[in-house]
Amino acid sequence: MLLSPYPTPGERIRVALLWLWCGLVILFLLVPILIPVPLSFNSGAFFIFPLEGLSTRWYEVVLGTQRWQSAIGNSLIVAFGTTLIATTLGTLTAIALSNEKFPGRRIVMPLLLSPLIVPVVITAVGSYLFYARIGLASTYAGIILAHTALASPFVVVTVGASLTGFDRNLMRAAAISGAKPLTAFFRVMLPLILPGVLSGAAFAFVTSFDEVVVVQFLASAGQRTMPLEMFIGLREKLSPAITAAATLMMALSIVLLVVANLLARRGQARRPASG
Amino acid sequence: MSALQPSELDRPALARGRPAAGADPKTASAAMRRAEFGDRLRSLALAAPLLLLLALSFGIPIVLLLSRAVYDPTIADALPRTSQALADWNGQGLPADAAFIALAADLSENQAKGTAYELAKALNARLPGARSQVLKTVRQLEGAAGKPPLEIVKAVPFWSAPGTWPTIANGTHALTSFYLLSALDLRWNADGGIERVPPEQAIFLQVFLRTFFVAAAVTLATLLLGFPLAYLIASVPKGLAAILIVAVLLPFWTSILVRTAAWTVLLQKFGLVNDMLLWLGFASERLDLMYSRIGLIIAMTHIQLPFTLLPIYSVMRTIAPSQMKAAYSLGARPFTAFRRVYLPQVFPGVMAGCLLTFILCLGYYITPALIGGASDQLISNFIANYVNVELNWEMAAALSFILLVFTLALFGIFARILGLDRLKMV
Repeated sequence: MLLSPYPTPGERIRVALLWLWCGLVILFLLVPILIPVPLSFNSGAFFIFPLEGLSTRWYEVVLGTQRWQSAIGNSLIVAFGTTLIATTLGTLTAIALSNEKFPGRRIVMPLLLSPLIVPVVITAVGSYLFYARIGLASTYAGIILAHTALASPFVVVTVGASLTGFDRNLMRAAAISGAKPLTAFFRVMLPLILPGVLSGAAFAFVTSFDEVVVVQFLASAGQRTMPLEMFIGLREKLSPAITAAATLMMALSIVLLVVANLLARRGQARRPASG
Repeated sequence: MSALQPSELDRPALARGRPAAGADPKTASAAMRRAEFGDRLRSLALAAPLLLLLALSFGIPIVLLLSRAVYDPTIADALPRTSQALADWNGQGLPADAAFIALAADLSENQAKGTAYELAKALNARLPGARSQVLKTVRQLEGAAGKPPLEIVKAVPFWSAPGTWPTIANGTHALTSFYLLSALDLRWNADGGIERVPPEQAIFLQVFLRTFFVAAAVTLATLLLGFPLAYLIASVPKGLAAILIVAVLLPFWTSILVRTAAWTVLLQKFGLVNDMLLWLGFASERLDLMYSRIGLIIAMTHIQLPFTLLPIYSVMRTIAPSQMKAAYSLGARPFTAFRRVYLPQVFPGVMAGCLLTFILCLGYYITPALIGGASDQLISNFIANYVNVELNWEMAAALSFILLVFTLALFGIFARILGLDRLKMV
């Protein structure tokens, strides 16, 4: 209700000003993320408008040179590893937490969410210190482990949300019909909560794929991921290749997160009418 | 879900032909309790793998890091004889000659074991300038065959200077408050009290204040930009709201690094922001926005805006328009209705959004590192620097400790007052 039933001229002006202000805010939100896209197709070597001409030369740099190729490969290894572990363990944990009799739920939930709140430098430095002692520094396993801590809260939350719509009597019915617990899980529960699980997996993938601070401390020179190459590139010399890399990363995260959110919504829409 | 229903997991009990519930009240309730206990155990077992993994990959690393802030055995380990000789020193003046002899012996042993440099570095962290003195003394002890070690040590003025021995005595206690105090620009004075370090050594309070200032400025800016937009989105028809919310979510879904990269492009001297300022006449010449405080705040505001806006929006959309209509029909002017009916209800959302943004800003690292100048580095950047450049883990740990205390205290307030559900975005 933007206007009262009998708006005064002053009120109309206020609403017009509100629209104007919000228009500027939306420009402020969108222009910065859209700006790298045209720049990445610039044929010149500078970041200046107007563009010199259209070309895909910076994409050829990112997709064609060994440095970036190995970074993309490393990112995929780490992100898939993280997604696999975080989704599996996060789903199990969400199922456990959806049980009202789970002991200490009130303590476990803040603990599970704490990796999202603790400043990531502290997580990164701590992991570096500990993993160096147990031989996990400069290993993919170490990076995946640290990323799993950052990514699993998203899985627990999204799967947890889809479980609020899951009727536990279905599992009882499966049990009474003679299904073993594992069979009941795979044939009854998983198909119903699958949108939530996939949504959690997409969140986990993006969290890991975008992460740069932990990688900076844990990765060896040969394990640099795409964001880390970008970070290093931004610190050293600004090359338009970075805008191409940024555009690719942005496209990937936006596509995955759109899918994740659509899935999450579908998962929650299945909530039975009776609650 | 009623607690009286048998869980899906007590199938084995039924299969073994136990009496059905109700046949014998006593056995039935015992079976129920057993089933419930088993149920709890199984749900714990389901959650255990992730909890263990988090303990390993997140819990232990952080505890280990924080312990470095208060536990530093380097000096105690390197100077065992000196520690013993200082055990009953009263801390006044110089210790007995026995302590000097013990020190000489310890120094020679460190040189023989190749740990002299490590010791020199550890002492230097507590007493600036100690490194070169330790290394000098070690070399002299090694070079002067036959000369009594006591004389050599006494000949170096550093070892008789005020402050040297109290620092060594302090260092021989592996448990130390030195680094935590240093992180707040404090230290122990000679009388056993706590005092501020001299201004030329004070760095960290300023960095903490700067971090709080930037966090507060960004929080305020996101509120000024976000509140009206959230209000607009909550007030327009559904279809339009869906389009507008996409404008908020697109940047939200783009990584912090990518958005920071975009801002480094925009804030260049010949970048779009400067172009705009010139064109609009707000500036007469191109400004240095990169590596500046204002550039940092602008970029951080862009990154945090959705975090502030979404919790506010999620409250606003639950407020029925009829409430405002009721207020109008009762004669309230728009502003009064807004202030007395609308604002009190959205307040929890405003609190949630602002608190979340403030908490997250305290831990910013990437954006200050890339967009901030040398005097815009926040506390996380100092932590990283102590690890990467200075190799001073204890100081990094102490700064982490203090930052974590602030963060968790604010998070505790958030969880307590607003509840964890408010953390959910959209």
